[in-house]
Amino acid sequence: MSMKASTRQVDGVTIVDLSGRITLGEGSVVLRDTVKDLLGKGQKKILLNLGDVSYIDSSGIGELVSAFTSVRNQGGELKLLHLTKKVHDLLQITKLYTVFDVKDDEAAAIAAFGK
Amino acid sequence: MESTLESVNKAEEMTEPIASQAGFDEDTRGGISMAVREAMINAVLHGNAYDPAKRVNLTFEQTGPELIVTITDEGKGFVPDEVPDPLAPENLLKESGRGIFLMRAFMDEVRFRKLNPGTEITLIKRLQNTDLGRQEASK
Repeated sequence: MSMKASTRQVDGVTIVDLSGRITLGEGSVVLRDTVKDLLGKGQKKILLNLGDVSYIDSSGIGELVSAFTSVRNQGGELKLLHLTKKVHDLLQITKLYTVFDVKDDEAAAIAAFGK
Repeated sequence: MESTLESVNKAEEMTEPIASQAGFDEDTRGGISMAVREAMINAVLHGNAYDPAKRVNLTFEQTGPELIVTITDEGKGFVPDEVPDPLAPENLLKESGRGIFLMRAFMDEVRFRKLNPGTEITLIKRLQNTDLGRQEASK
């Protein structure tokens, strides 16, 4: 299953709804291009909704890290929403769970972005 | 197998039913599949560098409670001990370098052997008592 990404705006935050697999190849490229496109348009408050992401490999983890640092380097914020157990566990063992700001509730996640 | 992304995906897909047949539970099968995927990425991308002239070999073998997966490439090889620790604070935000760590996280044993040319990665997962109990119960 390939990865799909769609974006929507809520209170100045861009929510990216991702579904499928973020893996070496297409999935990683879709994520990279989406974040690059948002930053290019000046949208620097990004919430990645991973609720429908079934699988991430090391390349996908690298792409999440890259997205996080790219947004931060441009003075923005990137948070993660709705991790599945698999993705949660993967971020735990790679010690990235505490690096990312991970949220379970969309409204609370949006409210947590700086004004 | 060819040195392509399709081979990586195919190897991952092949692993699930083989690990199931071997008696591993769903969570463990997911971990084994991920380790195989990471080893295949290592072989196809870092080893053979997608070179169509170079092949990747993948074998599965079950010996008693052990599932042994062997993956070889024809690349220039590497020294596993020289791969930086991805959990070190200075490496946490690096984009790459987590593949071997993930293989080790999900398998009981991961071995590397230098070939001439290439690298052989051996991944070993052992059935636990709970898996063996499940296997007995299904007979």
